[in-house]
Amino acid sequence: MARELWKGNEAIAEAAVRAGVQAYFGYPITPQTELLEYLSWRMPDLGRAFVQAESELGAVNMVYGAACTGARVMTSSSSPGISLMMEGLSYIAGTEVAMVLVDVMRGGPGLGNIAPAQADYNQMVHGGGHGDYHPIVLTPASVQESIDLTALAFDLAEKYRSICVVLTDGSLGQMMEPAEMPPMQPLKTVYPNWAVNAEPVRPRRLLTSINLNPPDQEVTNLRISRRWQEVEANEVRFKEYYLDDAKFAVVGFGSAGRIALSAVRAARAEGIPVGLFRPITVNPFPVKAMDELSRKLEGMLVVEMNNGQMLEDVRLATRTRIPVEFYGRMGGMMPLPDEVLTEIHALVQGPRTTEGHPRDRWLARMANMN
Amino acid sequence: MDIVNTEIEQVVYQRPRSFTDVSTHYCPGCTHGVAHRLVAEVIDEMGLRERTIGVASVGCSVFAYNYFDFDFVQSPHGRAPAMATGIKRVLPDRVVLTYQGDGDLASIGTGEITHAAARGENITVIFINNANYGMTGGQMAPTTLPGQKTTTSINGRDVETQGYPIRVSELLATLDGSSYIVRRSLHDPKNIRLAKKAIRTAFEVQVRGLGFSMVELLSTCPTNWGLTPLEAALWVEEKMVSFYPLNDFKVHPAIAQFRF
Repeated sequence: MARELWKGNEAIAEAAVRAGVQAYFGYPITPQTELLEYLSWRMPDLGRAFVQAESELGAVNMVYGAACTGARVMTSSSSPGISLMMEGLSYIAGTEVAMVLVDVMRGGPGLGNIAPAQADYNQMVHGGGHGDYHPIVLTPASVQESIDLTALAFDLAEKYRSICVVLTDGSLGQMMEPAEMPPMQPLKTVYPNWAVNAEPVRPRRLLTSINLNPPDQEVTNLRISRRWQEVEANEVRFKEYYLDDAKFAVVGFGSAGRIALSAVRAARAEGIPVGLFRPITVNPFPVKAMDELSRKLEGMLVVEMNNGQMLEDVRLATRTRIPVEFYGRMGGMMPLPDEVLTEIHALVQGPRTTEGHPRDRWLARMANMN
Repeated sequence: MDIVNTEIEQVVYQRPRSFTDVSTHYCPGCTHGVAHRLVAEVIDEMGLRERTIGVASVGCSVFAYNYFDFDFVQSPHGRAPAMATGIKRVLPDRVVLTYQGDGDLASIGTGEITHAAARGENITVIFINNANYGMTGGQMAPTTLPGQKTTTSINGRDVETQGYPIRVSELLATLDGSSYIVRRSLHDPKNIRLAKKAIRTAFEVQVRGLGFSMVELLSTCPTNWGLTPLEAALWVEEKMVSFYPLNDFKVHPAIAQFRF
């Protein structure tokens, strides 16, 4: 199929359609609204379910209902709206049903603004809803990757009866790039043996997240935790650039990783042995790959569009074995390649240390921005 | 010798097919059991058991799914109409019901119920109004009567500071999307029979694709009201019915043609 010019949000919407999404429920919020708008006509045209819900609470619980029938189902929102969905996400995780969630992140906290950010990392990767559960979190860095990871998200969600998040941002959602759509997949016809879909003859089925008996809840949580071990063993994805002979590495996901790549290329042109490690799955985090990588490096620079959220996972994965520095822009600001290149220069020139916290040093460097 | 004459033996009362064979967790004198039974009888009579999906809510009826022998899901507090929407939109030929109390539907879930009605979602809502939060031990609900004592209105609901009760049926009946909105009561046999007829009508509305239907049922909560079952039934009759009139608030014109 030929490459076409696609806007990020609409590309995700069409990719979901091609992947056989049967139902979409959403609510307007900038900068994800084009996704909702696109599906508002595309889904009915195909005879599939679409509802513009009364709120993100309504949307996520419509998703919950449809997910309980075993259907391929999706919602999308942006940071403040995602916060509202957390109740439903916890219930969906506790009920062990599959859904895809697209978070087109924007500046926060609070109402913040509609510019791109990556500050939902902790909310998506480390928490959000209450209780012991982990969503799978995929982070595209281009429109093409948004398409590819959306298709993958449905497969992973169903394989692991899990929430799978496509974690993107206002920049990737709004940009237009040439990209290739996959062919249209047929809608699913075989449903899992837990689907609450009122088929005749068989015994009744029940889906709930309530376990008033604590030992039963613990058994459920053990099952969810062991399933997560399978995800960690099988689904880690990342991309490496110029790392074969590198002594330094920049680590960044999504837009920040893409911007960092420009800086890495500029540094390479200057003869600096630096590469880029870009996690695709930030959950499960590429712990093993990053641990191994750190053993052959002299230092790392983590670049994010937040105040150092993934940074903590990098520090855990590398066990603070090597010096790690951090550079972040936040609140809707994006780092420029030149800024990252300056940070690479500083990392290479040193002094480097494994003492203290990279966030403190970064905040000190940002002192002139008050 | 068998002395039972099978010729004249008649079954006059038995467990509906749509019920499971378990004992109730509801308090003595609580009318949840009556409401459950009416729903089960209607689903049996209409032959819908194998194509019905129930959505339980949060409150005493969180365990409604234990009693119904058909598919069920259990919703977050107040969100049952949204879950029911998700189910109905992907499985439009199934019969979908929510079973919600007044804390669930009339307080935390006002957004979901209002917009499900406004969209004319083709679902049936059984709404239990017992004027308090039952499961958490009798706190003031949006439906608590002025002056009624609860654990969070110990001197009686003071409308000056705690506001007025919400008459949900009247509210939802103003929405063009609603097709059948009525209030009935479960305090005596006559009213129970009328309630069953209303529940039957509500499911007929859904089966015929006419849109949103809701039956509000005035119900007892003897434990939290501090009354005996009989006193509780009389309290419904004397106090609740005057505040929450038993009436048809929205009746789709096509319902007049129903024959069942």
